[in-house]
Amino acid sequence: MSRYDRREAAIRQLLEGTPPVVPPDLYGEALRRGHRMLRRRAAVRRVLWALLCAVVLVCTVWALSARPWDRPPSDTTPSFTTW
Amino acid sequence: MHQRHVSKDARRAREFESFVAGAAGRLLHAATLLTAEHPDDNPRARRLLAAALAHTYATWDGLRGEDPYARARQQLAVRFARGAWRRHRAPSRPWSTGGAGPGQVPGAAVRQLRAALRQALLPQALRTGADAPADRAGAGRPRGVLHRLTPQERLVLVLRMYEGVAEEQTAALLGLSVERVHTICARAMSTLLHPPSGRTASLPKVVPS
Repeated sequence: MSRYDRREAAIRQLLEGTPPVVPPDLYGEALRRGHRMLRRRAAVRRVLWALLCAVVLVCTVWALSARPWDRPPSDTTPSFTTW
Repeated sequence: MHQRHVSKDARRAREFESFVAGAAGRLLHAATLLTAEHPDDNPRARRLLAAALAHTYATWDGLRGEDPYARARQQLAVRFARGAWRRHRAPSRPWSTGGAGPGQVPGAAVRQLRAALRQALLPQALRTGADAPADRAGAGRPRGVLHRLTPQERLVLVLRMYEGVAEEQTAALLGLSVERVHTICARAMSTLLHPPSGRTASLPKVVPS
């Protein structure tokens, strides 16, 4: 066993020490907070989807009313080629 | 649809309960070593672990075969690192005054500070000094074996020696180079085995003085 290994073994022994007692309410607390996190994430997702739908709807309505693909009416007279 | 949702929740809760029953002891020990608190008086470690476990529960469905223990341990390390950064940035927080200790941290202040956190700043934050407010608040309380080390040294030492995480993984998790992790670990081991103040730690006889 090298010197480094002995040092490591000593450190590991020191770290193991006396383990703390797990509080009985730890599972309940983690579950409650985890649930809250999940609910919050679901709410954020719903809001974002609603926002996306609203944006798509507004864009569609605007496109149908403004018809940006139509050629704009010409404001100059076409050039005269035949008399 | 609703029925399926409920049964999925129940299954997740069942799996999570057995995971907590098996892993909480070791994770709490690791958290207590990180916060340098005494095993009998470790409110900060308990809060840290509860937050890490809550996150593990929230991401339970997305684990996809990944080890939940590794996920919880990673959360523990990242949350501890953020906490150390916060304590380092704001040394005069209200919870460091009086005898209340860090148990009464106002939730709003924590949320407000958490919003300001950035992962990129973590390594600098951990590098310097022991977390002063914890030391001040815990002046009259018994402390853990690692109280001499800086938060960064504790983090590296616990991950490497107690949890047995490989150097490369530790380096990736903390955003440090492998050489740096090696150096910090060696320094932490020296500090622990040969305390600078002359007071010798209670060590087994295998250590050459």
